[in-house]
Amino acid sequence: MLLNGNVALVTGGASGIGEGIAHRLIKEGAKVEIGDVDEKTGEVTARTLGENARFVKLDISAEDQVNDIVAQIFNEHARIDILINNAGITNDKLLLRMAKEDWQRVIDINLTGTFLVTRAVMKHMIKQRYGRIINIASVVGLIGNPGQTNYSASKAGIIGFTKACAKELAGRNITVNAIAPGFIETRMTDNLTDEVKEQYKQAIPVKRFGTVDDVAALTVFLSSADASYITGQVICVDGGMVM
Amino acid sequence: MALFDDVRNIIVEQLHVPPEKVMMEAKFIEDLGADSLDTVELIMAFEEKFDLQISEEEAQKLDTVGKAVSYLEGKVTT
Repeated sequence: MLLNGNVALVTGGASGIGEGIAHRLIKEGAKVEIGDVDEKTGEVTARTLGENARFVKLDISAEDQVNDIVAQIFNEHARIDILINNAGITNDKLLLRMAKEDWQRVIDINLTGTFLVTRAVMKHMIKQRYGRIINIASVVGLIGNPGQTNYSASKAGIIGFTKACAKELAGRNITVNAIAPGFIETRMTDNLTDEVKEQYKQAIPVKRFGTVDDVAALTVFLSSADASYITGQVICVDGGMVM
Repeated sequence: MALFDDVRNIIVEQLHVPPEKVMMEAKFIEDLGADSLDTVELIMAFEEKFDLQISEEEAQKLDTVGKAVSYLEGKVTT
C-alpha cells in the first residue's frame, strides 16, 4: 500500500472526483477526512468507505471554518500529509449575461477556497517537513471554454497558485501539483446533452470520457513518497484532448 | 538573561545552528542561513512561546537576533 498511515484531507470529497480520490487513497492505506458542504451525501460516502474515512462539514470559502476544521483534523491525527483541493462549483453563463455575483461565487469557492485551505494545512506540513498538495484544476483552465469564463479563470488561477506554492514549499519536502481533468463522467458533466457529449468525444483521441478512477490513480501516485521529485506540474488527465 | 536564552533556543532549534553563532548582531538570513520559510517559522515560534501576535510589518523589521530580542523584551515586559 502506497500511503500507509498517511492522513489526507479531500475537499469536495462527498461525490464525484473527490469521492473517487478518497476511495483510492483509503485503498492505499490512508486515513481520509472528507470535507464537503453536502452533509447528507458526505455522511453516506464516509460510511461506505469504512472506518478510515470520516466526514466533516466544510465550506472552503469560509475562512474561520476552514481554520477551525483544519485545526480539528490536526488535533485528531497529529499530522496532515496529503491535501487534495478538489472542491469546486460551476455557474455557467455567457460572459455578457454573467452577473458579478455569478463570477464572484465561483472565484470565492474554487480559487479563494483553495487558498484558504492550503494556507491552513501548509503550516502543519512545514513543521512536519513533509507534505503532498494536489490541486484539481481543469483542462479549461488551460484552453478555456465558452460559457465558463468564471470557471476557467478560477482553474487557471489554481494553476498559477500551484506553481507559486510549489516554489515556496519545495525546501520543506512539500510538493504541490495540479491535475487538469478533461471530460470526466460525474454529476457535474451528467447534465450535458447527448449531442454535446458526442461532440466532445470527437475531440478526445482515446475516444472515451474519463472516469473518476482515471484521476484518482494519478492522485495516489502524486500523493506518495515516490513522487518527491515532481512539483509545480500541471498534468492533464484528459484522454489526449489537450496536448 | 532568560528571554535571550529562550530566543536563542528557538533559533538553534529552527535553524540548526550551534548556540555560539547566535549573537546579537547575527542576521538570520545572511549569517545564520535562514531561508524565507525559516524566517516565517521563527516569527511563529516567537508568537507561540511568548503568547503574542506579531504583525507582518513588525516581522519584516526583525532581521537580526538583536532586533528580535529587543522587540520581544519590549512586548513581554509591558
